[in-house]
Order: sequence, then structure tokens, then C-alpha cells
Amino acid sequence: MIRTVSAGETAPTTYAWPVQARGLRVRAGRRFAVDGLDLRLGFGVHGLLGPNGAGKTTLIRALATVARPASGHLELLGQAVDSGGDLREVRRGLGYLPQEFGHYRWYTVREFVEYVAWLREVPARDVPDAVQRAIDRVDLTSRAGSTLRSLSGGMLRRVGLAQAVVGDPTLLLLDEPTVGLDPEQRARALELLRDLGRDTCVVVATHVVDDVAAACTDVVLLDAGRVAFHGPVAGLTAAGTGGADPEVGGGVLERGYAALLRRHRDREGSK
Amino acid sequence: MTAGHPSQALLDRYATEVDLPPDALWAVEVHLDGCAACRARLADAAVDHAPSVGELVDQVWAEVAPVVRAEPPVRRRRWPVLSRWAAPASLPWLLTSVLVPFVAMAMDLIAATLPVDPGRPSVLLLVAPVVPVLGVATSWSRRLDPAHELVGSAPRAGLGMVLRRTLVVLLVVLPPLAVAGVVVGTAPALWLLPSLVVVTGTLTLGAYVGVGPAAVLATVGWVAAVVAPSLVWDGFPAVLGPDTTPVWAVCAVLATIAFVLSRHAFRHPVSYR
Repeated sequence: MIRTVSAGETAPTTYAWPVQARGLRVRAGRRFAVDGLDLRLGFGVHGLLGPNGAGKTTLIRALATVARPASGHLELLGQAVDSGGDLREVRRGLGYLPQEFGHYRWYTVREFVEYVAWLREVPARDVPDAVQRAIDRVDLTSRAGSTLRSLSGGMLRRVGLAQAVVGDPTLLLLDEPTVGLDPEQRARALELLRDLGRDTCVVVATHVVDDVAAACTDVVLLDAGRVAFHGPVAGLTAAGTGGADPEVGGGVLERGYAALLRRHRDREGSK
Repeated sequence: MTAGHPSQALLDRYATEVDLPPDALWAVEVHLDGCAACRARLADAAVDHAPSVGELVDQVWAEVAPVVRAEPPVRRRRWPVLSRWAAPASLPWLLTSVLVPFVAMAMDLIAATLPVDPGRPSVLLLVAPVVPVLGVATSWSRRLDPAHELVGSAPRAGLGMVLRRTLVVLLVVLPPLAVAGVVVGTAPALWLLPSLVVVTGTLTLGAYVGVGPAAVLATVGWVAAVVAPSLVWDGFPAVLGPDTTPVWAVCAVLATIAFVLSRHAFRHPVSYR
């Protein structure tokens, strides 16, 4: 489908990193789920890994401007958002799939994506095309007229993906996008992520290490609200092949994940 | 070509592909790409001079037509404007806040038939100032919106959205209140100003503590401070007397000023709870 590229889209960005955090602390309930996090993310697909409660979802929510940082500095798309800057401008460039994808059950797929496009302030004349493209990208073209309540869990997840990519956001935040997808659809979703990563900063929080290897350009490993490892996927593989650990099963990637976590905890413990 | 469009003779030659040098062929082709009028002329030329092309087109069309026609018609949105103005999940709450005045009206009508103190205040009058707040809570509250994460992270989130949703709530809630008031015999002047003050106050407070909690606070506060005492002691509440209108007017002005001052807060997650 052909689309006109506006001057704004081809203009060079005025910032070095779409996401830049320094000493970021974000509260989840009473405790700090993100606690002194330093992170810089460029364009590409970034896999956010970590054990349960490491602060992945809280970090994603902070990046989505839904959770307000308690302290530290957070800059999104060149705008500081921690001190109450112009959130509206930042949010225009944001696409977000929350972990719990709340939706309106009696909306059809097309109506829902249209509604999100309206929320996202996509210019009215671009909405029909943008919505159709988003629905096509997640292979829901044949179900565009179905109500959300009639869809299966995996299809709903794909509606979530469609609403996140509608309007071509610059910063795309996906919290466990592949949950509930069948193997074929998972492969398609990962392909979509790779495709998006060429001109978008995609942050994918996930538990599935294989997804990271399949779709991501680099890995951010979180532990207790801090970055335990940030580097290319090859770094994860290298850590996994280094020392054979009989205690940890799974593939090279799982072993690398465990080794990097342990290394980080040893380092933190010795401080 | 400098004249703009290829001549008819050139198009005829293009259609039959006879005796046309490559440079002319390319030039005509580029022109046809951008000129619908010449494409139409070419179609006529093809019918006249190159029957084989016409046959080919018919054949392709016969193959493609079933697929093209099978494309499902795009359904129009069922509620095109409504979802832009009202919170999509607010319907149950709006219905509730429409029902409340009629319940209060029924209580008043029943009470009128009973031999009780005639100076007793009308239940409808007592609850009227907080009824709109029930609906306002739906306009900007995380708990009542399943898609709150999406709404809260959208550029549309902010004062404009809160205001248009509040306006819809008032348009839906105030007429039933007025109708019930007429039936019971309560002057709208007594409760309209207080209810606007409570709504504005709730929104202003909501900018800092969240509109949902602010609505709960306002409702509980009103019931505890005004409704309960006057029902228990059967007294007409002083705050709703006819002579308090100037005080309420001053409150309305103050609340509006405070609201305008806090307008930027609605873009932040704090107001959306």
C-alpha cells in the first residue's frame, strides 16, 4: 500500500537517543521497581529481559508516560518527561501495548484501532489508511469487522499490536507482545518487529529468551530495577557458551541469561 | 511531447506497438503513468486498433473480478461521534446517574403521602448537587476504563478530553434531574449552582489526587455533611437555602478560577486515577 512520506518523517532527528534515562527511579506501589537505572536506547529492537519483578513492566510504563518517575532523569524522543515537560508532543510519537491489554468488548477491530488512532491524534484524513495498514500488518484483515469479544486471546494480542503500530510511532513499547500467539503467528509477529526496528525504537519486554534472539538487535537484562547487562544478542550467547553449567538446563541463550544474572548479582553483592 | 499530451497518432502506434522507437515509447509510457485523460484515450485506441489487447484486458478482468467484488464492504462506525465525546465504558455509570434522581423523586412522592413533618427537605434536593459527580467520575477515571493504559498514554489525554466528556455527562444527567425536580416541586435554582460548584471542585481536586478519588471524596463529604444530618434531624439544610445563592455564586467563580489554574495537571498520570 503506497503512502505519502511527509517532510517531517525524513527530517533528521534532533536527539541522539530516543530513550535516555539517568538514575531513573520509578515507584510501583510502595517499593521502587525501577531503582537507579541508566539506559540509552537507539533505533532498533531492544529486548527487555529479566526475572519476575525485575521492573520490566514498570520501566515500560514509565517510558509510556503512564507512571511518573519518582526521581532521576528520563528523556524520550529528545524531550525531558520527568519534570512535567510537554508530554503531548512525546506521546504523539509513542505506541504502547500494555501487559494487560484492556479493550472495549463491543468495538470491532477496526473501530478500536480507529479509536486509538484518534487518541493518538493521527490526522483525520490519514486514519482510514493507517488503520487498514496496521490491521493488515498483524494479519487480521479478514476479522476487521469482528467485535473484540468474539476474538481469541492470540487475536486480541494482535489487535494490541495493531493499535500500537497505528500511525507509525517513533518509539514503540511492547509488553509481552507474543503471549498467547500460536507458533506461526509468533514468527509473523517477530518478523513484524524486525521490520519495525529499521526506523523505530522498539522496546520489547518479554520472558521468552528465544524471541529476543529471533527479533532483537540488542538485549537489556534487568535485575532488581537496574541494568544487569546491555549489549548485542551475541553477548548473551557468548556468556552461555563460556562456562558449561550443569545446574541450568535449556539452550545457550538460557544459560547466558542465567550466567549474566549471576555475574551481576555477584558484582552487586561484593560492593 | 513538449505540447503536453501525446498525439492521437502516437497513442495509436503505442497501442499496436508497431513502428515506435524506444525513446518515444518510454516518453509516452511516463506520460501515461501520470495522465488519466491520456490513459482513457489509450483505452479507446486499444479497442479500435488492437483487439488482442482488449481481449487480454477482458480476460484478466474476468479472473480478478470475483476477488475484487468479494472484498467485504467497509462497515461504517456505528457510533462515530459518541466515542469522541463520551468515555466508551461510561454507559452503566451514566445510566445509574440518570436513575438516581428518579429514585429520589419516588422517595419524595411516597414521603408526601405519609403523615410526616411538612418542613422536611426533599430527598431529591439533597442529592441533586452530587448526582452529576457520579457521571463526572466516569469521564476521567482509570478504574472505570478498561483501556486506561492506552488512554493515559495518548496525546489526546488532557484538559480537552476531560472537558468534552464532562460536558456530555452534564447534558445527560441534568435534564432528568430537572424533570424529577419539576415533578417534586423543587426549584432548579436551588440545586443547579451547587451541583456545578461540586463538579468544578471535583475536577480541580482531581487534577492533583485523581478525578476518581476526588469524586468519591466529594460524594462522601456531601452525604456526611449535608444529606445525613438533614435526614436524621429532619431539618432543611442551611447550605441549600434560597438566600445562599450569592455564596454559591462566589464559590462557583472561585472553583472555576482554581480549575483554570490547574488545567495543565490533566496531562499527567496523577489526575487519571
